[in-house]
Amino acid sequence: MTGDVLHTTFHGIGVSAGTAVGPLVIVTPAPKAPTDEAPTTDAAAAADVVRGVLEDVAVGLEARAAKASDHARPILEAGAMMARDPGLAMGIENQLKAGKGPTTAVTAAVEEICVMFEALGGYMAERVTDLRDVRDRAVARLLGKPEPGVPTLTVPSILAAHDLAPAETATLTTETCLGIITEAGGPTSHTAILASQLGIPAVVQAVGIMAVPVGTRVAIDGGVGEITVNPTAEESAMLEERKRRRAAALAGGTGNGATKDGYPVALLANIGTADDARKAAKQPVEGVGLFRTEFLFLDRDTMPTVEEQTATYTEVFEAFGTRRIVVRTLDAGADKPLKFADLGPEENPALGRRGIRLGMIRTDVMDAQLEALAAAYKATGADVRVMAPMIATQAEATWFAEKVRALGLPKVGVMIEVPAAAIRSRGILYHVDFASLGTNDLQQYTMAADRMQGELADLLNPWEPALLDVVALACEGGQAMGKPIGVCGEAGGDPGLALVLAGLGVSSLSMAPGKVPAVRTALGLHTLTQCQQMAAAARAATDAAGAKAAVLKMADPVLADLF
Amino acid sequence: MATRQVSIASSVGLHARPASLFVQAATATGLPVTIAKEGGNPVDARSILMVMALGAKNGETVTLSADGEGADEALDTLVALLSRDLDAE
Repeated sequence: MTGDVLHTTFHGIGVSAGTAVGPLVIVTPAPKAPTDEAPTTDAAAAADVVRGVLEDVAVGLEARAAKASDHARPILEAGAMMARDPGLAMGIENQLKAGKGPTTAVTAAVEEICVMFEALGGYMAERVTDLRDVRDRAVARLLGKPEPGVPTLTVPSILAAHDLAPAETATLTTETCLGIITEAGGPTSHTAILASQLGIPAVVQAVGIMAVPVGTRVAIDGGVGEITVNPTAEESAMLEERKRRRAAALAGGTGNGATKDGYPVALLANIGTADDARKAAKQPVEGVGLFRTEFLFLDRDTMPTVEEQTATYTEVFEAFGTRRIVVRTLDAGADKPLKFADLGPEENPALGRRGIRLGMIRTDVMDAQLEALAAAYKATGADVRVMAPMIATQAEATWFAEKVRALGLPKVGVMIEVPAAAIRSRGILYHVDFASLGTNDLQQYTMAADRMQGELADLLNPWEPALLDVVALACEGGQAMGKPIGVCGEAGGDPGLALVLAGLGVSSLSMAPGKVPAVRTALGLHTLTQCQQMAAAARAATDAAGAKAAVLKMADPVLADLF
Repeated sequence: MATRQVSIASSVGLHARPASLFVQAATATGLPVTIAKEGGNPVDARSILMVMALGAKNGETVTLSADGEGADEALDTLVALLSRDLDAE
């Protein structure tokens, strides 16, 4: 932080490009039960007060549910039901009778239930988050404070939070949320991914932003990661100028991705649902580079039938006509447990039985999915390419390739997200037709840094030269085997990194559809030779910041406007 | 005090949707119905939190209890409900 309180500049990590100016709204942190809370003397009267507060919480959640999206509504309705639960009320009454103060009683009663839920694991353990949300709301009301979480945005605002939970971001819209700033979170955090999907400018790791008073005018630049508090007229004008230059730079057509000298780099969309497919198909993209199929499986008590899966895949394939669709088979595991295929809690979920490892244990789930994909392929004749997540060995690749080919599916590939697969990509590619680099996981495993841990964001910068070296190794294997390698991680949507990746030999980039125009413009401004020189310079840098600076120095000045 | 024992027929156990249907039915009886696993303490059958926390699995026997007018009929209805595979419906 530099400057005085009235006119300050904060620097964080820009995770969703674009600029905005607006009043700051702070997502209130949840107050805790005071440790010196006075004991309850009249348990009956206190119980009445707490019951009234829980009813208010339930009514508030129902009101939000009525306005929420289909995705967010069940979460909010379940919260209202929990607030009215007689079992919870009984637990609180017992605590009050034992003399605990009201907020202490609510906290203790909720924790008792959380302990039981956590002992059950899986789906039940996840409900603990919803229950604690109800607790936070009730405790805040008992203390006479506003309920924590995202307030109702009445005017278009810029939202600041320590971090945002999925339930909090589910209700955000582009009409009222101009920008998002968080103190925690990293480039691949939930907030970052959601913001770039919605096209909302976002900056994470902006330490100190929560101290800025509510209602203060702030300017956010989600490309360079800069936040200006009380911007001067001159600064606002500069931001407007950047916005204008960015829009001008992006007006670069809708054709297929290619370098200035015509080396093709296919620009593809990452999608997660049939709805995403319909929206993305209307965009000028060359197909889908990553169709995540998890949405069909999560939050289900039983496995979706082959018929149901076939119907959904057919819908997605039809949306893209003759354009390619790269489908990733189910990527579930200990951190995204399936109720019908839960292998139990694991010490290190990211290093556990996830992806292909789960698929090789629950072959029934894998077989049903491949059968449905084959049926949808036969029904549509689409350009379908099926790949498996988390491949580490040649044995896994052959196991998967044999299954896919036996069903008559035309192309089979693997995700390269485990460093072992990148280092030995030649052997793995011998068995399959293509590979796609999942740079988010590849970086987490290369740096041994948990993607979900915001404090490790410095180790998870996609410009990290070590990651680029691992990508280069994978690409060398691809070139030696004459097999195409794409990128479907967040790195592929960064206009500067896209040049580096093209220079390393990547033949397709898949990203949130909103990022395609900037990447298309960046590629069109540089020759393949320039991309190769930039890749070499980035790899020669000592750190991520140095790598990015080296590329910007060599690139066309317009590249800076694209962030 | 009327009591009944019944084995959980729902294939996923008394969980998610089956639990929700059971709690709604228990609330609709208007009686303070409780549910207990073998050897466990009875909990309020009208509380989705308590019923889910019970973690009763497919094939496990639970004891339902209720006091008051119509308790026998009410418990019979709930026994019939738990004897169906609610998850398959």
